[in-house]
Amino acid sequence: MQQTESFKKRIDKALHNEQARINFRSGMSGLMTKRATQFNDDQELQNMRDHARAIRSYSLSHLPELLEQLEQKLVSNGIQVHWAENSKQANEIIYQILKKADAKTVVKGKSMVSEETGLNEYLEHKDIEILESDLGEFIIQLAKEMPSHIVMPAIHKNCKEVAELFKKHFPDLPYTENIEELTLMARNILRDKFVKADAGISGVNFAVAETGTLCLVENEGNGRMSTTTPNLHIAITGIEKVVARLSDVPPLFSILTKSALGQPITAYFNMISRPRPANEKDGPQHVHLVLLDNRRSQIRMDDELLDTLRCIRCGSCINHCPVYVQLGGHAYGTVYPGPIGSVLEPQRLGLDKIGALTSACTLCGACGEVCPVQIPLPKLINRLRAESVNSQRSEAQISGKGSLRKMLEANTWVLWKWIYANPGLYRVFRWAARRFRKLSPNRLGGWTQYRTAPVPAAKSLQQLAREEGFSNE
Amino acid sequence: MQKPDTVYFFGTCLIDLLYPNAGLAGMQLIRSAGVKVIFPENQTCCGQPAFNSGYREEALQVARQLMTCFPGNIPIIVPSGSCGGMIKQHWPELFKDQSDYDEACSIAERTYELTQFLVETLDIQLTDLGQPVKIAIHTSCAARREMGVAEHIESLIGQLSQVETLEQERKPECCGFGGTFALKQADLSGAMVTDKTKAIRATGASKVISQDCGCLMNIGGALDKQKAGIESQHIAEFLWERSHATD
Amino acid sequence: MNNARENILNHLRTNRKTNTPLPEAIFPEDNWEREHKITQISERMQAVHTEVHRIPTDGMAEWFQQQLPLRKLNRVLLGDNELANTIESSMPPSIQVTRYLRDIEEWKQELFQDIDAGITSTFGAIAETGSLILWPNHEEPRLMSLVPPIHIAVLKADDIYVSFAEAIDKQQWGNYMPANALLISGPSKTADIEQTLVYGVHGPRQLIVLILE
Repeated sequence: MQQTESFKKRIDKALHNEQARINFRSGMSGLMTKRATQFNDDQELQNMRDHARAIRSYSLSHLPELLEQLEQKLVSNGIQVHWAENSKQANEIIYQILKKADAKTVVKGKSMVSEETGLNEYLEHKDIEILESDLGEFIIQLAKEMPSHIVMPAIHKNCKEVAELFKKHFPDLPYTENIEELTLMARNILRDKFVKADAGISGVNFAVAETGTLCLVENEGNGRMSTTTPNLHIAITGIEKVVARLSDVPPLFSILTKSALGQPITAYFNMISRPRPANEKDGPQHVHLVLLDNRRSQIRMDDELLDTLRCIRCGSCINHCPVYVQLGGHAYGTVYPGPIGSVLEPQRLGLDKIGALTSACTLCGACGEVCPVQIPLPKLINRLRAESVNSQRSEAQISGKGSLRKMLEANTWVLWKWIYANPGLYRVFRWAARRFRKLSPNRLGGWTQYRTAPVPAAKSLQQLAREEGFSNE
Repeated sequence: MQKPDTVYFFGTCLIDLLYPNAGLAGMQLIRSAGVKVIFPENQTCCGQPAFNSGYREEALQVARQLMTCFPGNIPIIVPSGSCGGMIKQHWPELFKDQSDYDEACSIAERTYELTQFLVETLDIQLTDLGQPVKIAIHTSCAARREMGVAEHIESLIGQLSQVETLEQERKPECCGFGGTFALKQADLSGAMVTDKTKAIRATGASKVISQDCGCLMNIGGALDKQKAGIESQHIAEFLWERSHATD
Repeated sequence: MNNARENILNHLRTNRKTNTPLPEAIFPEDNWEREHKITQISERMQAVHTEVHRIPTDGMAEWFQQQLPLRKLNRVLLGDNELANTIESSMPPSIQVTRYLRDIEEWKQELFQDIDAGITSTFGAIAETGSLILWPNHEEPRLMSLVPPIHIAVLKADDIYVSFAEAIDKQQWGNYMPANALLISGPSKTADIEQTLVYGVHGPRQLIVLILE
């Protein structure tokens, strides 16, 4: 139960961080409003979601064939493909590629999968300088923090905090809280790094099997910089990111940017299919793709949990989550926060490690409603709750099944079942509750810290119904 | 759906114990529209609390007992978005691979949330007999998303000429109840209901009306604790009181 | 190490999934009038701070002659094609022209520091989203549209498609994909600090599109 306690502590810390809560509230409100402007026709949105879902479902049902096709295409295009079962293997593959190329400094475009593997830390231990180039990622790297959001990694910080951070790390530069000036400072610092970097590392938004194409979505241009300027580019992605055809890309790309940022399109859509051809003058001469499993193939085993893998990482479930907006991303203690995090991370890391995340959900359904690929997130969270208290339920290969089962809680539900599955007992219970209503506790743990305690009514509905002449059959 | 002669009323365990007047008002509204209402004696709970806590076996047994209360092929009316949603959306999932799966699905199909029934089937017309009042509406998440009936509470209240509905900030946001969530994540739930009540208080409304007693227990409890002077009431009771003034 | 490949694929193969059908590719309407496409693309581009000019094809040289000095550009980067030749021949003497003829490794620092603007052609454009399509190649390398603070792109009005899907279909991208294909929809931008939009973070701060009619 240690994870439950430490999650509680992180929640407590988050709820007491007034500034961060203000930042999250304004950030999420902004993202929700912007998304809404992109979808003003409900039917059209539903059609788009159906289409995007079908594309992703096809990918998952044909995953082995598509991955082989992708590999074959990439290799014939000149891109080297590597497979990693877990984070350690992925990090090691990347390190070996860098070492072989004698690469000492690396610039990185935004990649959640590399956060998942802890790549930065791994490479830093090997004395490789690795620099995040997405502005948000750059900020949190300076602050030595984790992203608090998968699309807006530094959304927990306001400009004052960023200004302080820049002052600390770049004391020679003039202090400013002006966001435009701060951005320009980052531009100048990073431009120099792009010139000098030996290698670039990026994520992938979609990998197209038909043509062997890696698609990257971005606004800043750092992704293009990282994948074009150095002579070596290493892309890393989860095996689920493959799509069958080039024609699958426009609908996914469109619903991604609209859902994530409320933008009809991003400034750049970067499609990479080959290393630099012999007659061309720039672009990396060596391009690698690392395909990471990290338990995705396990998640795929279960016909319901499989839906988790449809995710295109837009973050709109996070933006609309009434719990996330209170807590922010760090409280989850995982790479992916919010609803998708509460579904993905316990499956990836084990219910015994982080299954408690599923408790931070009211099942309000806001996440499932906005998901562009219709992942039934509330249903999956609820399913994982069942898995975490009952070890024998399903064939799902999640580690730590039943690990959150507590004797007292389990017995309470058994007692509850006895009462509510047995109308005679229920009547006795109800009579007692009403009979002793004056004695009902007015302090009920956390409930009454924020609310008054509910008091049983003098008469039950059943009694009132009879008195008012309603029939019972 | 055609207007039926008779319906079952599933009052829900929360209403039975804590808010019986809301349930009674719902039954009276239906009866006043000329439909016979049966209140089965043995009803208890739809199984939702255990289902949402991961205890599906226990939920199944309680749901199965409720199932026996509705043998006739007539609609089942539930004055709660979340209990309605449990039956309609989750019973088929809960009863999957069980011998009585078909029966569960039939009950799911026959289940209607109260405001849905009042608007879509009965096309109920109300005359406001009450004093002018300013209210805020909380559409429960389950009414909104699982039952898709968020607009019905608005349209019913819209029929009441003396009632002014004041709009709150972030209306669709969850109030933080979530059943056992409010106990398991008490501080988080507390933070959410604090935000919700702040938004409601800022409207200047003197009442908050909802389709779900779970939300009302949460929001109303918090408003009482804050001594906000805002009353919380279930839609059925509110409609009945205003359209059938105390005689 | 290569066990990983077999392990992953075997794991995936042992768990066949219900065959979900591949959805029909969607082709949004592509019957927009030429003028509608031009006005749509212009509006979309201007909405994200792109400067758009509609000029007659034979007026391009004049535009460069007049506009580049006004914009106080000292050194512009051209590629190695007909377009570059036409533009260079009309370039005012005050402006220094650099051709992208060497491999990047030989002049990276210079490209990053000394060039004020890159001028490229386009492979087409998308009206619906206000996007330029670029297929950089040996004549017009990839960094021309990324590193200089200003990117000037020349677009033929006839090359505007309605949607991305239409462009992929009509231009038959599926047959051959270049090393790098790009959609550019505005200057580089970020909103990573307090969601405040700032243009020109890593890529060009300014995007100028000349639509030739």
